[in-house]
Amino acid sequence: MGTPQNIPGAVPVYEDFARCVHCGLCLNNCPTYRLWHLEGDSPRGRIRQMILVGNGELPLSEGFVGHIDKCLDCRACETACPSGVEYGKLVEHARARIENEYQRPLFTRFARNIVFKRLLPYPSRIAFAARLLRFYQRSGLQSLARATGILKLLGLAEREKLLPRIDDHFFFGELGKTFPAQGTRRARVAFFAGCIANVTFTKLNEATIRILTANGCEVVVPSEQFCCGALAAHAGVRETARQLARKNIAAFAGGQFDAILTNAAGCGSTLKEYDHLFSANEPEHAAAVVFSKNMRDVTEFLATLGLVATLKETRLRVTYQDSCHLLHGQKVREAPRQLLRAIPGIEFVELPYSDICCGSAGVYNVTQTEAALDLLKEKMDYAKATRAATIVTANPGCLLQLRAGAEIHKTGQNVVHVVELLDSALKQQVIP
Amino acid sequence: MPASLLRELNSLLGSSNVLHKNEDLVLYEYDGSVEKARPDLVVFPHTTEDVSRIVKLAAKYNVPVVGRGSGTGLSGGALARGGGILIVFARMNRILELDLENARAVVQPGVVNLDITRAVEHAGLYFAPDPSSQKSCTIGGNVAENAGGPHTLAYGVTVNHVTALELVLPDGEIVRVGSKHGDTPGYDLCGLFVGSEGTLALVTEITVKLTRKAEAVKTLLAIFDAVDDASNTVAEITARGITPAACEMVDGWTLCAIEDYIHAGFPRDSAAILLIEVEGLREAVEAQAAAVEDVCRTHHAREVRIAKDDCERDLLWKGRKNAFGALGRLAPSSYVLDGVIPRSKLPQALQQISQIGKKYGFSIGNIFHAGDGNLHPIVLYDPRDPRQFENAIAASHEILSYCVELGGALTGEHGVGMEKNELMPLLFSDADFDLMRRVHDACNPDSSLNPGKIFPLSKGCGEIRVRKQAETLPAHV
Repeated sequence: MGTPQNIPGAVPVYEDFARCVHCGLCLNNCPTYRLWHLEGDSPRGRIRQMILVGNGELPLSEGFVGHIDKCLDCRACETACPSGVEYGKLVEHARARIENEYQRPLFTRFARNIVFKRLLPYPSRIAFAARLLRFYQRSGLQSLARATGILKLLGLAEREKLLPRIDDHFFFGELGKTFPAQGTRRARVAFFAGCIANVTFTKLNEATIRILTANGCEVVVPSEQFCCGALAAHAGVRETARQLARKNIAAFAGGQFDAILTNAAGCGSTLKEYDHLFSANEPEHAAAVVFSKNMRDVTEFLATLGLVATLKETRLRVTYQDSCHLLHGQKVREAPRQLLRAIPGIEFVELPYSDICCGSAGVYNVTQTEAALDLLKEKMDYAKATRAATIVTANPGCLLQLRAGAEIHKTGQNVVHVVELLDSALKQQVIP
Repeated sequence: MPASLLRELNSLLGSSNVLHKNEDLVLYEYDGSVEKARPDLVVFPHTTEDVSRIVKLAAKYNVPVVGRGSGTGLSGGALARGGGILIVFARMNRILELDLENARAVVQPGVVNLDITRAVEHAGLYFAPDPSSQKSCTIGGNVAENAGGPHTLAYGVTVNHVTALELVLPDGEIVRVGSKHGDTPGYDLCGLFVGSEGTLALVTEITVKLTRKAEAVKTLLAIFDAVDDASNTVAEITARGITPAACEMVDGWTLCAIEDYIHAGFPRDSAAILLIEVEGLREAVEAQAAAVEDVCRTHHAREVRIAKDDCERDLLWKGRKNAFGALGRLAPSSYVLDGVIPRSKLPQALQQISQIGKKYGFSIGNIFHAGDGNLHPIVLYDPRDPRQFENAIAASHEILSYCVELGGALTGEHGVGMEKNELMPLLFSDADFDLMRRVHDACNPDSSLNPGKIFPLSKGCGEIRVRKQAETLPAHV
């Protein structure tokens, strides 16, 4: 099939597409197929469209772009696929192609440009935007906006609910620090703090450092780290993702770390695949391979290392929603469950269809709000039925989405990260 | 396709339930098979009444109608060979009634096979027919093709688990056959429609039997260094009067591809494995498992593993059920065949398949329901080379002819569809076809439902065909 020009990094070839034998075993694992039952919104149908567009048999039309945009990139189809189709790579490539060859409406272009190229790559701008948003949330403006119904008028009521609450202090201040291990040092790790997480998940990041140090890890938080580039890569804004990858690879190089850790499954999945952003003959490729090989999700790392810190009894019925990019992107299923079961007193119940996306999917809940809310509704119905007091997950995006879900559908459930639950069960709270 | 038909369908179903653009239609020209045929329109009904109205409209405009579920079929049964309207049942996916006390479920045709089990497993029940595609395929498709699966050996195929159907006939009339409980007086019409491949009526509601889970189950994996040993093991298990719930064989070569997918610790250097499951009362299961193991060892099994828990059992089955897809790892395209032989002739059939493969220059993988002699040879080819595709078809015809020669059949569970209709005369005489044609015409006199399937279209050894069908189809098919 014809290969489009100007897409940097590794590009899929005929064999990558031909791996799909159109058996259809992915269909019912695809959240959007489950919603609409359209072949065009199934993994098999999307791959077929990519092939046809690649061969010039279909135009790169609004229809094609719509089906590719509606994909959550949750990669549940990869788990379902017996043939080993690497769908994530294919859809990212299709999106890069759309980015190059398709003219989106003016406002969309403007918004995408701001978010992917002008905001996320710059920590100072994230902090500035966060302060603005914090002002909105704390000054009474938010209550005013909600009360007057202006949000509903603008069609933003649901989206506004999905906005993260901005932290009182930012994690940015912790960059460049090293946190010593409690007791015997069992490992030396680097912590990847994320971008938005620095202003909305400070407490999660702090909890991550506490649980790591409590279990004998020396934690280094390198200062010159940036956004991982996952959102840009998923959106097809590949050059931005590559620039960020170069900076992060440099920031974490030479530290003699046993592993580089993240508590964000979405970031982790991209960080583990930095080598795909560069083709094999590019100079950055070798360093990217080294970086990716050393990358671990914090749950994966802790489950392998084994917990040594004493955990106090926590009488709580919990359920676990798989974060797609942990389960499907990184193939980590057991580690978070194992950690949850390690907390004495925890009653763990499986969430039916926990392998189906909650609708968060990066910026999906903003760009495809209706679909995201439909998926969320089904998710919360099942979550409610588990009668769990707490829903646990492994990625900040999922946390936001599920928290919104608990609020919208009034399930009364608490939503926390695996690490936060472990942290709250730590006997001696150590302040980092 | 007349524009007024599109307009009428839009006003009947709403435009979100009608596809008419080329870019959408091309996504319905394939299924799980190697066949292709593009519909002119695709519609998504939500109710039986929708279906009836669609069929009436189609009749008014004299265009053919074809039903489709998830499109996982392997014989092109759900492809619109004569164009026309493709009715996709995927949005008719409600479970209408669960009668757990009496072990029945009433479902719409778009319900996914495995979702029936997921809805009733809390009560210790399940839906027994378990085609390998069960996590995606719909019950409507299972009924149309009379689908089987590994556990067919003990529990029978779909027809044994369907007690009643609601149908829409080509004139739009809605009828019911069978009954929820017990026998139905008169003809067993349910049995007639199950497996009719959508050529007699469209199924809009299905009443299925639910099966109680066995008290105990044991799954054995036997590894062999020679295919003949595995084949002989199957023959002797049967000869000793042991009836496993399932008895599956996978050749060593295919097993490597499966291992790449599931990492279950399958050996990479075996010639074949047997996956044998026994179930029933606890004591009986222990005894049967011991007997099966004994037979395996007698026939030089290198190793016999017994799944120690449900988790391990699920992994073994996951490997088996994803085998067809896993071969996508080895070649850009694969062609899954479906033939039946008397199981006593397994060793010689396998030898012949391998010979045929060599003749055409193909590697052929073998995955099959060994217990009931249902073979699934898989021909791997590269579709970029048109000659390879032709040869793959030729090889498959030769293999299927050989199955018939051995006293077997052309299909065990995938159906005839548009894949094997030309081979049907190998099995049936003119008189046989004549009876089939009369049955066909009694329900579908104008061949407006799923034309071009089951019956041979070209002049071959079987002279009698469905004449009207041949006329309905455009010249190029």
